[in-house]
Amino acid sequence: MSYSPHTTADRAAMLAAVGVDSVEALFADIPATVTPRSFAIPAPLTEQEVRGELIRLADRNRVPEVSFLGAGAYRHLVPAVVSEVIGRSEFATAYTPYQPEVSQGTLQSIYEFQSLVCELTGMEVASASHYDGATATAEAALMACRLTRRDRVAISTAVHPQVRRVVETYCSGPGIDVVEVPADLAEGGSGLTPVEAVERLVDGSVACLIAAQPNVFGGIEPMAVFADAVHASGALLVAMVEPTSLAILAAPGTYGADIVTAEGQPLGIPLSFGGPYVGLMAARMASVRQMPGRLVGATRDHAGRKGYVLTLQAREQHIRREKAASNICTNQALCALAAATYLCAVGPEGLREVADLSATQARHLAAAIETAGLGERRFAAPYFAEVAVRVPDAARRHAALAGEGIVAGLVLDTIYPELHDCLLLAATELTTDQDIARLVAGLEATR
Amino acid sequence: MSYPEGLHYTKEHEWVRVEGSTATIGITSFAADELGDIVFVELPEVGGSLTQYAGFGVVESVKAVSDLFAPVSGTVTKVNERLRDEPELLNSDAFGDGWIATVELADAAELDDLLDAEAYTQLTS
Amino acid sequence: MSITQRPAPPAGAPDTDDASGRGAAFTSPEASGPPTVVEPLIFDRSRPGRRAVRFPGPSPAARRAGEDQPAIPAKALRHDQPRLPEVSELELLRHFNRLSHLNHAIDLGFYPLGSCTMKYNPKVNEWAASLPGLAASHPLDPAELSQGSLELQWLLAELLREVSGMAAVSLQPAAGAHGELTGMLMTRAYHRSRGEGEHRTKVLVPDSAHGTNPATASMVGYQTVTIRSNERGGIDLAALRAALGPDTAALMITNPSTLGIFEDQIDQVVASVHEVGAIAYMDGANLNAILGRFRPGDAGFDVVHINLHKTFSTPHGGGGPGAGPVAVSERLAPFLPAPLPLIVAGDPDEVRANAWAGRSTPGARFALEEQDARATAIGQVRAFAGNFGMHVRAYTYIRSNGADGLREISDDAVLAANYLRVRLADAYDLPYDRICKHEVVFSGRRQKHEHGVTTLDIAKAILDHGIHPPTIYFPLIVEEALMIEPTETESLETLDRFVNVMHEIAETAAEDPGALKAAPLTTPVGRLDEAGAARHPDLRYGFGNRDDAQG
Repeated sequence: MSYSPHTTADRAAMLAAVGVDSVEALFADIPATVTPRSFAIPAPLTEQEVRGELIRLADRNRVPEVSFLGAGAYRHLVPAVVSEVIGRSEFATAYTPYQPEVSQGTLQSIYEFQSLVCELTGMEVASASHYDGATATAEAALMACRLTRRDRVAISTAVHPQVRRVVETYCSGPGIDVVEVPADLAEGGSGLTPVEAVERLVDGSVACLIAAQPNVFGGIEPMAVFADAVHASGALLVAMVEPTSLAILAAPGTYGADIVTAEGQPLGIPLSFGGPYVGLMAARMASVRQMPGRLVGATRDHAGRKGYVLTLQAREQHIRREKAASNICTNQALCALAAATYLCAVGPEGLREVADLSATQARHLAAAIETAGLGERRFAAPYFAEVAVRVPDAARRHAALAGEGIVAGLVLDTIYPELHDCLLLAATELTTDQDIARLVAGLEATR
Repeated sequence: MSYPEGLHYTKEHEWVRVEGSTATIGITSFAADELGDIVFVELPEVGGSLTQYAGFGVVESVKAVSDLFAPVSGTVTKVNERLRDEPELLNSDAFGDGWIATVELADAAELDDLLDAEAYTQLTS
Repeated sequence: MSITQRPAPPAGAPDTDDASGRGAAFTSPEASGPPTVVEPLIFDRSRPGRRAVRFPGPSPAARRAGEDQPAIPAKALRHDQPRLPEVSELELLRHFNRLSHLNHAIDLGFYPLGSCTMKYNPKVNEWAASLPGLAASHPLDPAELSQGSLELQWLLAELLREVSGMAAVSLQPAAGAHGELTGMLMTRAYHRSRGEGEHRTKVLVPDSAHGTNPATASMVGYQTVTIRSNERGGIDLAALRAALGPDTAALMITNPSTLGIFEDQIDQVVASVHEVGAIAYMDGANLNAILGRFRPGDAGFDVVHINLHKTFSTPHGGGGPGAGPVAVSERLAPFLPAPLPLIVAGDPDEVRANAWAGRSTPGARFALEEQDARATAIGQVRAFAGNFGMHVRAYTYIRSNGADGLREISDDAVLAANYLRVRLADAYDLPYDRICKHEVVFSGRRQKHEHGVTTLDIAKAILDHGIHPPTIYFPLIVEEALMIEPTETESLETLDRFVNVMHEIAETAAEDPGALKAAPLTTPVGRLDEAGAARHPDLRYGFGNRDDAQG
């Protein structure tokens, strides 16, 4: 039944105080014409019964023994201390910190999160989080349009198709044009975004170029060159980055990115069939008033104590209403806390170890497939921790391996129809040498 | 509450002081009080042109945001740079050090459309 | 009163009248001398060389195997190290534990924030969301590995359809405002599909609307027109009808309203909207009042968003994650964002009946819609399938409650709010003196005009009693608004204690207003300089200038 504590006596006392005979009187103002036609919700379950039901559903999933699937969501270690911290109900069952005096835990942890995101990205200000990397990137596109007063954005086709679709959906709202900058997907091509295409398509009518680093194929893009090219036409560079890669790849703030976004799921957040995740966004201080999302700032109380508050709230919907930069209200605060705790738990050395091991295993994986004559890299460019590999009859073999508990990455033509017989394989710090051996053996067995 | 004589006022709580063909504009203490502690002023650009009653900037407080509407048309000749670091001047001295911009008047006849101190006092009581 | 002087409960004694509501009294270990820092920033605890979590290195064989792969160009590499804190796991844990002690939370005390539905977040929901089969499920795994995830989403969508009385559901939106965006994009797609996209430019909202409503309308390129409320707290039907026309895209209305009042002319409201060919959107934030009593679909609404983190108990998390699924009528169903979880084999009625009885259906199969299967879809509003972890929690909650439990939620939520209404009506002005639903809005105008005590002062005084204040200054149409939503999970003793606290504050407002203006005194920090924070934004740790590291 419900979690209400009220006994018959409690209800009777309240009804008497209100001056009605039954609770029905409190609903008498609902017109009879809109009485519910049905309410076919099943009967209640006790705790042991509902556990049984959830176990039934969980057991209908098959968690693979070995997985090389990434493509926007990555299998990383979620340290026990991270789960412990976000499990604290003082964090989990608190509301948005509108009364700062009793919300310093939430507020200070968000300030720390903002600081960590700035450190990773090399940018000056970071927001308290967005729904995910894709929506953060979409909001960044709208922000770039506001900053430049232009109504067109360019996006590389080497950005994840789901991200592109979300950007298009958000841009369709205010009628902003989305121009695709085609990546080089030709045979033997780089798999990167050609600079000449950027120069050609990002002209004075375009607010920004959105490029991913690494891109969807794991490829390392010439981001600094993009920055110069787009700045020459007065456009901005929106860099969508993978957060663990920032341990070894250049911080976007150092190569001229104007707005940085990321999917923060790799930072201590479970896969959970796609959510909840967390979108990161960072920018320069000069653009802060056009930045969507919550911001926490440091200040002092009347006694001189250091404290934290939501600030620059005039940008937000509850004050600006129809002129707000965005309608965002609830964001992903607890996931941001998980990401912040993760970054503090692994530290700079740990993040470097994660990045190094992921990259090493990706290279190991590609080499093992090539050496065994099972396939070859589809693209020529250097890559971080994900790589596209051409394997004959990829879809059939992927399905066969999945049946045996091995997920051989993503069959690429499900998202890039022109890339036939390719698998997109990701490695993380959890990828062991045995996993790679099993994949190679599996591909061998399904020739 | 009485407001400085010799100024012209708008219904949207802006004031203008005219000296020859130069007009200095700001917001009234009534507006500043309604807004509360002012934290940010979006100033117009020097050289830009204003149109009477059109929006030309924004004033933000902790809890509210308000558009600024030009009391007169003209070209902006100066803006009060102090407001960038000290937006609180709008609260402490709305009619003096809290001035927002000076404008080269385009059409003095526009002033006839505005309120005098007495009419503005009545509006805000 | 400084932080070190805050009284601690006697050692070992249970605190039966929990005045702080925040557990053990907190003192900062750095509190020698004037305590100016409650808990140092994690960066200030960093010492070079400390580590919490370690990872294995690659095997030498792995490094050798990949050494001929293309090297990352030097100019793409990072040449410094991000200054992440270097702390031990114990220090890390202590830091966040101590921070958590600075929060008020539902799990500590009463949290009657109107419009937020701060009900108890059942822990079995947390248990469910962390089941490895669900938590480790990759959104792009082959469908045959994800049948549990897909079935759960399909079943939750079925339950939300039934709760709302609508035809179809998308679980993709990550929050209520996100659901609103989805609903308004679908509205526009609908009008465009009928050749009316150009001239339907306006969205009507009542003057009591939540700020996300007009903000959402703007994000979709609509102009917002505000309709006044009548003296009974409902939307003014005549004003609405006068504003409705061929240029109206939609009406966005919250029901019950943000005043906690049910729109008793709701059928006429929806009929008037449909008469001009516009879309009727219901903001479902206040669904906790009407479970089993009113279904937007039965009243003809075209789209409603549902806040799982409100009505369906998923935790607020300090600001999310939430989930804002949208339920739509038949005519908007073609426009739902893609991809939808579908049942691709098996009889839906049989699958449902079995699931309600705790059984799987042999031969039933679920899959995600093919990405481009529905050309009319508005696109995608976030990557992947939505906030699945919150779907698990909401599904667990609805199954635990069942039909009777859901009805009981609304019955008790509405009874509790009316109880507070009658018990506080002598102390505070009640702008709409009539039966309310799950929340009641008072006005602090008497205290302001007679004693100079604002609703803000009242809120800060409430903090000293270990209770979170109600929502203040919303809705905008009530002067000095105080919006109270007790929810159904608070005991009568808690409600009575709140009533006593509010009476005491009303008395203090009359006798000693200064005492309220000084509040709060027993919280970790007092009133903060918000103007200073906005004028001189300090939004991240400054590594260079830490002369105030300890204060």
